[in-house]
Formats: sequence, C-alpha cells, structure tokens
Amino acid sequence: MASPRHISVSEASRPVLPRHAKLRFDETRQVWVILAPERVLAPDEIAVEVLQLCDGLRSVADMIDQLATKYAAERDAIATDVIAMLQDLADKGFLTEARERTA
Amino acid sequence: MSDILADGKITAGSNDGLAALESRRSTAETFGIPLAVLAELTHRCPLQCPYCSNPVELDRSGSELTTEEWKKVLSELAEIGVLQIHFSGGEPTARKDLVELVRHASDVGLYSNLITSAVLLSREKLSALADAGLCHVQISFQGNEPVVADRVAGFKHAHAKKLEVAKWTRELDLPLTVNAVMHRQNLFQLPDIIQMAVDLDADRLEVANVQYYGWALKNRAALMPTLAQIEETSRIVEDAQARLKGTLSIDYVVPDYYALRPKKCMGGWGRQFFNISPAGKILPCHAAETLTGLEFESVRSNHSIAWIWQNSEAFNRYRGTGWMPEPCKSCEFREVDFGGCRCQAFALTGDAGNTDPACTLSPLHERIFKQAEAEAAADHNRFIYRNFAGGTPETDGDDGA
Repeated sequence: MASPRHISVSEASRPVLPRHAKLRFDETRQVWVILAPERVLAPDEIAVEVLQLCDGLRSVADMIDQLATKYAAERDAIATDVIAMLQDLADKGFLTEARERTA
Repeated sequence: MSDILADGKITAGSNDGLAALESRRSTAETFGIPLAVLAELTHRCPLQCPYCSNPVELDRSGSELTTEEWKKVLSELAEIGVLQIHFSGGEPTARKDLVELVRHASDVGLYSNLITSAVLLSREKLSALADAGLCHVQISFQGNEPVVADRVAGFKHAHAKKLEVAKWTRELDLPLTVNAVMHRQNLFQLPDIIQMAVDLDADRLEVANVQYYGWALKNRAALMPTLAQIEETSRIVEDAQARLKGTLSIDYVVPDYYALRPKKCMGGWGRQFFNISPAGKILPCHAAETLTGLEFESVRSNHSIAWIWQNSEAFNRYRGTGWMPEPCKSCEFREVDFGGCRCQAFALTGDAGNTDPACTLSPLHERIFKQAEAEAAADHNRFIYRNFAGGTPETDGDDGA
C-alpha cells in the first residue's frame, strides 16, 4: 500500500517524514536540508526543530506541549503555528501519518 | 522553505511559516559543489528512442567505469558536498551492480534517484533496490498506449512493462515521477498521459519537449512540433497544473525553437551541475561531448572531482559572463539565462561561444524558427532509431525491434 497522498494535521496526528523525504544536516554548507525527489529544501530553524519531533510516535499535542514549555509561550499560539507549519509540509508531501507497513 | 535545486530558483512560500533561505542563494549559484550529480552508468539500453539524450557516439561497455571505480566516485561526491545522485544511462538497470551502487550511495549519505526505462526491472530487483536505500524512481513513458509508445521506443511490449513497474514502485512505497518526452508524434496524447500519471499515483510528471541535440537533432524533422501544438500544449499543462495542485506536480519544459528567451541551460555552464559519463568523464551537461574542441577530464585522471569542477579548462571556458560576445555581453538578461545553451549554439551555429539561437536577440533566431515551422509542416515521420551502430532508419515493419 502506498502512503496516503493527503493528511489533515490535528493535535491527534502522529506525523513522520515519509521515506523519500530525509532531514539531515549538510556539513559542507552548514545548513539543515530536506532531501526529496529531485529537490533540496532548506527549512529554517523553527521548522527543523518541529520536524525533529516528528518521529511517528509523538502526537502533535505532545509536540505543542513540549514547545510551549520550552519557549514559555502561550499554548494556543504555539498550537496554531505548529499545526499550520505541519499542514504546509504535509501538503508539500514532506510529512505523512505513522501507520502499519503493509507492503 | 526554499527549493535550492530546481534550476537554482528559490521558490519560497510567503506564508508557510518557513523562512526562505535567500541569503544562501549563492550556495547553489556560485561555483560551489553542485547539490546533485547525474551518473550515467552505461550507454547500453534496450530502447532505441530517436530523441535519446546520449551522444551519437556512445560509450561502449568495455570503457565503462567498474563497480569499484563508481563506488570511489560516489564516496568522493558525498565527501565534497554533493547531496543527491541521479542514476541514469542509457539504462542504469543494465548494470549488474546497480543494487550494490545504490547501497553504497546510501552508505555514504547520498540521496539516490533512479532514472529508468523500467523495461529490465523485475519486482524482486526493484524491491532489492528499495532495500538498498533507493529514494525515488523516475520512469520514462513514450506515450499513453502501446501503439505510439512501443513504436517510439523501438521495443515491443515496453509500454505494458512500464505500467507494471510503475505499479510496483508505488506498492513498494517509493515516490514515482513519470517522465514524458513530448514531440509532434505524441503531443496529441498529452491529456491522456497526464491522466495516466494520476492513475499511476505518481507524485510528479515531467512534460519535457524534446531538446534537439545528438540523436534528437538527427531526428528533428520527425519530432518537431507545430507552433499550434505547442500553444495547445502550454494551455493543457497550465490547466492541469491548476486542476491537480496538491495531487500531481507537473514540470514543463518548452521546446527551445519556439521560445522567445533561451533556457538557463544547466543553470548556467559550470554553475550548479555536472554529470559523469559511463567512461568517467566529468561533463558540464549530458550533451557536452557534442562540442568539439573541448577536452573533458576523467575521474580516471590524476585530478580530484572537485579540482576538475573548479579548475578544468572545459568548466571555465563558458563560466560566468566573461566569455560572452554581443548581443549577450551587454544584455540585461545575461545573468538570467547565461546566454542559453552552449551545445545548441554549437549545433546550430558551429560555434559554442555564440548566443543560443533560441533567443530572439540571436541573428539566427528567425531562421531557426522558420526552419522548425517548415520541418513540422513537412510531416516526415520516419525515425532513425538510436543504437551503437550510429542509428538505423525505421522501416514499415517496425513497432519494436
């Protein structure tokens, strides 16, 4: 079974990068990159921090709690930003939902 | 977020909460090591497409780099900062060591793309490639049904096989790009090809009009679209891009001869791309060996790949803007398109240092445009098939060799 094309991000989601999107630190250029089919993308620091939390186990709600604590920020504001960012990444094909492998 | 690979363009979403890496633009656009490299593992291929991007003088199998040589090249590329490798050919799966090479690419941290005709792949082989860490599969299609597609490919049952492999690709959870090379004799199928890509659950579709070098130049009269076809094509692509946003991403390459401005070929000579030929030559583009009078260094030489990229005469010959004659020299677009394509300038004017005639500012543009129109109107449809013998004319019995 192929990954579903679209996911809708909510606090209950447990997003993870699909196998074809790889987040790594580019030592040569000293910048984080997402490697995807025929593309190299450069996420900013905040996106990198959020993406590193996307392990397929952690829920978006947990991620928001963690970030709200770390930055001593209002949870609602963090939640709005994080969900918008994750939805954008999902729409671009760089996030999928954790699932059982059937292939 | 910014895309720093696709033609050097920074495509920043303004409201996606991800800052563009504008300040890093120079990383991809100066002579820093390219982000991606094309490895043409072999020129052997079971297909005989008349627009093949390989040179007319193909590298024989005896001259191909060995497994150990390719592995050393992959390690060196990763070490100097290359992030992605495109395994191409010829047909890369004709190499018996492909799984080993993909595994090595994964081991050294390279993101691997397979650019294939698919006709030699079994499900087991594709599965082994996925297990070795292959990240993405691009399959070429010659049409949306076997009558046109198998005739263009010069290979019986090619189309059916491609459909099968495309399905396996998605079953193995690998992202799929459908590459459709378009020309006068298959452009009428474009709407069906777009639907085929959707049905195959492809992530991307490349609608690539033939570029006329090498084999395609030999076959130009049989391939050149009419201007009316190109106008219709652009309309169909724009409509599909809007309709399929979020489902299928469509890249579109317009044919040079009908363009107003030349393409920024390879993102500019020696600026952000190189490829390695089967015999190990490091080339500024896959057609560069058509240029006579330039010596290309090999990975088998005593120089490192980084040295060849930065210092070799061939890479520096047309870098930047210093080499440009008029009308490029004083043109406001000189750093937008870098004078277009050197191989096309050579093929059409005899001098790679001239302005690409695809540009309306070239004194030859009008002639090239008229020639394209005349060839398209003459409608001579017989191909010269690509092979190691310098090409074989199509006969009545041909629908696959």
